Amino acid sequence: MSIAPAPDRFIFSHRHLLGIEGLSATEISGLLDLADEAAELNRQVSKKQDTLRGRTQINLFFEASTRTQSSFELAGKRLGADVMNMSVGSSSIKKGETVIDTAMTLNAMRPDLLVVRHHSAGAVELLSQKVSCSVINAGDGSHEHPTQALLDALTIRRNKGKIGGLTVVICGDVLHSRVARSNIILLNALGARVRVVAPATLLPPFAERLGAEVYTSMEKGLEGADIIMMLRLQLERMSGSYVPSVREYFHFFGLDHEKLKLAKPDALVMHPGPMNRGVEIDSAVADDNRSVISEQVEMGVAVRMAVLTALSQHLPNQ
Amino acid sequence: MSKPPKARIAKRKKKKFGSKPGDKIALVNARLLDPGSGLDEHGGLTIRKGRIADMGPQLAESGPENFETIDCGGHALMPGLIDMLVYTGEPGFEHQEPLATASRAAAVGGVTTIVCMPDTNPVIDDAALVDFIQRRARDTAVVHVRPMAAATRGLEGKEMTEIGLLQEAGAVAFTNGTSSITNARVMRRLLAYATDFDALIVHNTEEPELAASGVMNEGEISSRLGLPGIPDSAEAIMLQRDLELVRATGARYHAAQISTAASLDIIRRARADGIDVTCGVSINHLTLNENDIGPYRTFFKMRPPLRREEDRQALVAGLAAGEIDVIVSGHNPKDADVKRRPFAEAEDGAIGLETLFSAALTLYHNKEVELTTLLRAFTSTPARLLGLKSGKLEVGARADLALADFEAPWIVDPDRLQSKSKNTPFDERQMQGRVLRTVVNGNTVFTLGAGT
Repeated sequence: MSIAPAPDRFIFSHRHLLGIEGLSATEISGLLDLADEAAELNRQVSKKQDTLRGRTQINLFFEASTRTQSSFELAGKRLGADVMNMSVGSSSIKKGETVIDTAMTLNAMRPDLLVVRHHSAGAVELLSQKVSCSVINAGDGSHEHPTQALLDALTIRRNKGKIGGLTVVICGDVLHSRVARSNIILLNALGARVRVVAPATLLPPFAERLGAEVYTSMEKGLEGADIIMMLRLQLERMSGSYVPSVREYFHFFGLDHEKLKLAKPDALVMHPGPMNRGVEIDSAVADDNRSVISEQVEMGVAVRMAVLTALSQHLPNQ
Repeated sequence: MSKPPKARIAKRKKKKFGSKPGDKIALVNARLLDPGSGLDEHGGLTIRKGRIADMGPQLAESGPENFETIDCGGHALMPGLIDMLVYTGEPGFEHQEPLATASRAAAVGGVTTIVCMPDTNPVIDDAALVDFIQRRARDTAVVHVRPMAAATRGLEGKEMTEIGLLQEAGAVAFTNGTSSITNARVMRRLLAYATDFDALIVHNTEEPELAASGVMNEGEISSRLGLPGIPDSAEAIMLQRDLELVRATGARYHAAQISTAASLDIIRRARADGIDVTCGVSINHLTLNENDIGPYRTFFKMRPPLRREEDRQALVAGLAAGEIDVIVSGHNPKDADVKRRPFAEAEDGAIGLETLFSAALTLYHNKEVELTTLLRAFTSTPARLLGLKSGKLEVGARADLALADFEAPWIVDPDRLQSKSKNTPFDERQMQGRVLRTVVNGNTVFTLGAGT
């Protein structure tokens, strides 16, 4: 069994995956189909493929990450690539090395695939202009996190059988969330109805123009929801700068069983992780049978395998 | 007893300031344009000892005998431009732009006077430094360079500088550079003190706490790009505060660069209220908007940030109506090292001296602003505000002139720009109209096709 795509079936026309923006609905669905196959494969005893045999994949993380980095690492290894992880701490940035310098250095080592996370919006795109390999955005500032949106979509599709027509509610720190931005674009492209729910201080300016209905009340926003995506609220934003306190935030915007009742009975609860239990999500809800948070992690590997496979179409000598 | 020999040598060797002024030159067959007086006629002018000696239709065909005669080919001869807001890198950032290259860029753009900002290292907050700028300009620059001095020491916004001494040394106005004076008490005293010297205070208005980490205009585009924004209100609040203090002190105040429709409204209301205030706008904010940033193009990152298209249109309308007094280039040279970075980490600034005039002509070609109104905004009005003896075509005025073809098409090529830094937002842009010749003190400092 192989997940290498038959060229007549799915052609991915991009050299890089920098964001969901710019992908067509067909391309998104194609990636999800590919990921579905990878998901099945990942449940087999023998998971190793040779799609990327002989290829080098470098995971370049300018921002600490455990789950995304290991997910990409596993995806690359299962496809047969040699995977190297590089964490560029803030120290080497302080030494004056720019993102372009780092990119040029790594490029000289001739990788085939570069997975990049950076704390600054647009940094991954900038880097992609300077290298000759394929670049995957693993999160750039508050801009995009395309593989997260794809794995969310895959999780939804596998549970609901579709995405179009569903009401998806994204709750929490939408302002700083690249996950929210990528999801809003993707869900709109596939015909879902998107709502965002957050206090005014955590909503991006003109949020309504991003393709989402805007709610500042959790109760109203959750009404009739098929999917509830909770976003992580960073600790430093909870003590008076964006919201007054953890307990006030949890009271109004934390997802507990009481609020969950307002959604459809078969609504799914999602979270990109890592969770702050008792801040944006109640432990009981996180561990509820409607929570698909673990499945999201599983689909993460599958989606990243799909993306790596799709981009491998454009690697030299292919 | 003999005098110390060194002093005698020094006295004997004392050099004459600047180059010799142009003399016995006739510029004929020109469209004479004087925005200040509204003059627009076919004619010519003569130059004696760096000044305009004669002008009018009688010189349309030929100049007096023994004069070097230059045929202007019927093109527009107007006062050289005065650019009231230019950042240079001298002293301290010569790798980005010394006065010499800034002045050559100015010459190509028809700018005969640049007013340089005090945001250098060291900051121009001392009479000796004002003197330094003027001497360096005399020795290295091909156009006039007039320093605008810091209004507070080190541009820190805390203690006012020696306004009187700086003015005597040659500072044409006072500013806090790119930053605002946030302390209202300091600002109030500064404005009050400046009135004693009739000094002009030029202020960039941005409330720093509201602008905070913002890197572009706050709006739909910033939300899409995931970049922190700078709201309109950051500019409006500081401007409104200033105008209240101007009302209280009667100071001469000029808002250095407004960028929003809201700010223009504030200026309008203040004037209706009897407050005497002037304002400037940069060519970038008249011809570009936030959409130009596109996929994180850092050459469009500047302060104030490029705003919405609605703001740009309001500013153009304000200029056409005479509500905006001055157009500046906001010339701010930054090298590739500080620009080729992720958007939020790149420095602010765009160069503009060489493209100022051509870009401004867009507004004339689009029939958005009358020619005279447009030209006044970088000739007679800044001359009046800064007390300069140029910016006009008039017998006796200094022969600082620009000859321009309003129609000539050209494409901006960064490699051919004179500025040492190439951060132009007009990269590859098609322009209509350009400067053919620039004259400073009667001397030609630039001719198109002949280099500088």
